[in-house]
Amino acid sequence: MNKPLRRVALAMMAMVLLLMANVTYVQVIQADDLRNGPGNGRTQRAEYAKQRGQIIAGGQSLANSVETGDELKFQRTYPNGPLYAPVTGFDSPTYGANGIERAMDTILNGSDDSLAFNRLSDMITGRAPAGGDVELTINPAMQKVAYDELTAKGFQGSVVALNPKTGEILSMVNSPSYDPNPLASHDNNAAAESWQQMENAEGSPMSNRSVSEIYPPGSTFKLITTAAALDSGYQPNSQVTDAASITLPNTSTPLPNYGGKTCKGSTLTEALAHSCNTAFAEIAGKVGADKMRETAAKFGFSTDLQIPMTVAKSDLGPMSDQASLYQSGIGQRDVRVTPMQNAMMAAAIANDGKLMKPQLVKSTRAPDMEVIDELKPEEMSQAVSANAANQISEMMLKSEQNTKGSGKISGIDIASKTGTAQHGDAADKPHGWYVAFAPAEDPKIAVAVIVENGGDEGAEATGGSISAPIGREVIRAGLQGGG
Amino acid sequence: MSLPGTSEGTGSSAVSQVNTRRGTELVLLVISAVIVTFAIMLVEISQENTITRQLFYYGAAYLALFGAAHFAVRKWAPYADPLILPLVALLNGLGLVMIHRIDIAKDTEYAVRQIAWLALSLVLFALVLAFIKDHRTLAKYSFTCGFVGLVLLALPGLLPSAISEVNGAKLWIKFGPLGQVQPSEFAKILLMIFFASFLVSKRELFTTAGRKFLNVELPRPRDLMPMLVAWVAAIGIGVLEKDLGTSLLFFGIVLVMLYIATERAIWVVLGLSLFALGAFLAFQTVTRVQSRVNVWLDPLHHEDGYQLKQALYGLGSGGIGGSGLGNGSPETVPFSNSDFIITSMGEELGLIGLIAIFMMYLLLMMRGLRSALAVRDSFGKLFGGGLSFTIALQLFVVAGGVTGLIPLTGLTAPFLAYGGSSLLANYILIAMLLRISDAARRPQTPAKPKPQQAPIAEAHTELVERPR
Repeated sequence: MNKPLRRVALAMMAMVLLLMANVTYVQVIQADDLRNGPGNGRTQRAEYAKQRGQIIAGGQSLANSVETGDELKFQRTYPNGPLYAPVTGFDSPTYGANGIERAMDTILNGSDDSLAFNRLSDMITGRAPAGGDVELTINPAMQKVAYDELTAKGFQGSVVALNPKTGEILSMVNSPSYDPNPLASHDNNAAAESWQQMENAEGSPMSNRSVSEIYPPGSTFKLITTAAALDSGYQPNSQVTDAASITLPNTSTPLPNYGGKTCKGSTLTEALAHSCNTAFAEIAGKVGADKMRETAAKFGFSTDLQIPMTVAKSDLGPMSDQASLYQSGIGQRDVRVTPMQNAMMAAAIANDGKLMKPQLVKSTRAPDMEVIDELKPEEMSQAVSANAANQISEMMLKSEQNTKGSGKISGIDIASKTGTAQHGDAADKPHGWYVAFAPAEDPKIAVAVIVENGGDEGAEATGGSISAPIGREVIRAGLQGGG
Repeated sequence: MSLPGTSEGTGSSAVSQVNTRRGTELVLLVISAVIVTFAIMLVEISQENTITRQLFYYGAAYLALFGAAHFAVRKWAPYADPLILPLVALLNGLGLVMIHRIDIAKDTEYAVRQIAWLALSLVLFALVLAFIKDHRTLAKYSFTCGFVGLVLLALPGLLPSAISEVNGAKLWIKFGPLGQVQPSEFAKILLMIFFASFLVSKRELFTTAGRKFLNVELPRPRDLMPMLVAWVAAIGIGVLEKDLGTSLLFFGIVLVMLYIATERAIWVVLGLSLFALGAFLAFQTVTRVQSRVNVWLDPLHHEDGYQLKQALYGLGSGGIGGSGLGNGSPETVPFSNSDFIITSMGEELGLIGLIAIFMMYLLLMMRGLRSALAVRDSFGKLFGGGLSFTIALQLFVVAGGVTGLIPLTGLTAPFLAYGGSSLLANYILIAMLLRISDAARRPQTPAKPKPQQAPIAEAHTELVERPR
């Protein structure tokens, strides 16, 4: 019987070899396809298996993880969800992450190289592994005031406030906003339901207006035109046109001042203080498209910017002929900016022409609170000369004096510029802008406010009437709160 | 190493010098205890993040259990193959580690129960070695074994589903809260005893040639009866007990034993043809079988493919090196500690770990077969061959099923998977293999030397003294 026994041995070897060949195929050749297969939740489970770090601002926790009894061990919660949603973003098992949750993911989940030592010591000491914390530059008082001001009247819009000297982002607010909590739910159906709800909600609450939406800047763009002018030899007292209306070159289209009135003054300073369209259209025409583009770029237009979330590029459009150049000079036509870009513009003027890179992360910390990395202010460019910046600043002080709207702060000089941007809305309801910094002599806060579609004033709205009061309240909160 | 005193020792000095290699066995057992302890340590680090002294108690308890088994072998089967027990111990230990690891993840307590089953299994293992001094005595009870085996095999299929059905297969007998046993696990050994003995006694009949057809000698039709009976029985199990794995296992064992006994490949060809016919009929008529085959063809997209899909994802995420013990998520695969424990291993130990496990099984089977080759009696050869092949077939069917090589059927990986009946039966199987191996390696008692007698023609003429 030995011969068949030997053959059976060969058959058994062949069986085991077949098994080995098959697992080799599955685990080596098919492995990548399998990892991305439908319904494979392994990576996700690994991600939620340990405690994710906190997102902190001004000593408050904006996002933290609590232990749950279910399959994914930790769930993310957002105290004051809608208030901070544009900053924190969400971390959802169903929809992934965005905002700081995504941008700082490796720190928060503890996989960052800078946390390697902590991981090792966790293993040795038997401490539960956890992610690192991210501390933000956000000033909670300013964030709250900005959010309350925007939402009190049901405005759609955004507020961005910066520290002009360091580039720290003091507030970043959207209205309407959304609550990230239901998206972080471990119940896929519940998360999907609230996602659908927010997708269908009016005013697209999940869009981060501060950095992702681009708007026509209207008259606030005249600050860039002014900067270009001063850089091209204009002086604050240079004579400019005060005509009530001019005709765009090579067309018969008239370009009138606001309300069709003659400008109250014919110097550059007066033109900015009264926001005269005709003067700035002509200035843009004189300095030329290249100079306009160059100046805008120094203020941060057309640059790739991470704060660490990606900021949409602000842009001047093609400016293919003289007529469009004229229109661009007053922030119409194809010029588009993010609220962040407008705040950067104000901040650069406030900081002697020096544009600091906006940053949202103040520090990152290991789970044992030891600081891993701290914010280092970064200069992006010298947008205009310090001298020109101070001249623009003077003009903005005058502009503020001419700006109506409530909320003026006694004893503090604000330098500002309003904008009322037409955007082809059928009912002709303009976007109201307000960019400002204060105190003018030693700027601590630069702010940009946009209220979409005329806020509660419809076609009658101006930046001064709907946006300026919000901007001033934010500045007040910042200065009082020690910002 | 000195020979331990045994009740059967001949006491002759020639025998006492044979190296039984029991020391090697003990050293290998200690090594496997170290590996298992180290593995539990890794699980604790990644799952609980602490290392407690408890771990070393586990390791010590494991060593004590198998140490006891070792002494049972040393006492009652001193010449047995020294590799078999350590291989079984290591497989069993790794299985326990994985069951424990899944317990932590799912907050269950199967590892403790498995250890209790293991202790019971080792008691039975020792009893088998102690009471069955010679495997040939089993042949004397072959008809009893055959009858009891058949009853055990058929019983769950005939009992009402309420006390015999678990997860869709009617393979069990439930004793309320006490637990449940799978009698077919024991039936397979009993039936092998019967079959081995039956085939040995009727061996001549099966080798008698029938008519020739296309140059192949076919068996006589009446000799086909045992195989047809086995075939019908296998189909009966498949239909009544709704379990294809068990059905396949029985038919496969019968076929291989028939082949070993008759040395004629035609039996295998005929058997496989019958099997193919049965499989085709099952595929045509049973929706459960159709579903299994369709899942096998496209596991990632078939609606019933959830188990296999999760298992393959586990294997894929393990890759070559594995996620490391305690770092994967094998618990997301259904039955991750029993039917699918192979893929749990594949996920956390990777391709390297799985190949190592397959190699351990291969070694185990080869040592078993080697004993069958070396043993001197036909019954032992046939029985030993059957036992070894059982391990191979169980492994192939379950591992092939959960890794997508063949359609999925319900069997458990011997020693690795959670399951009391399987553990008990497989330890009895190993005890019998060790018994055969002991007989194979035992030095033969030298017969009394016969006086040399020269052929008459060449004999010297001797002067025979006349008695006074």
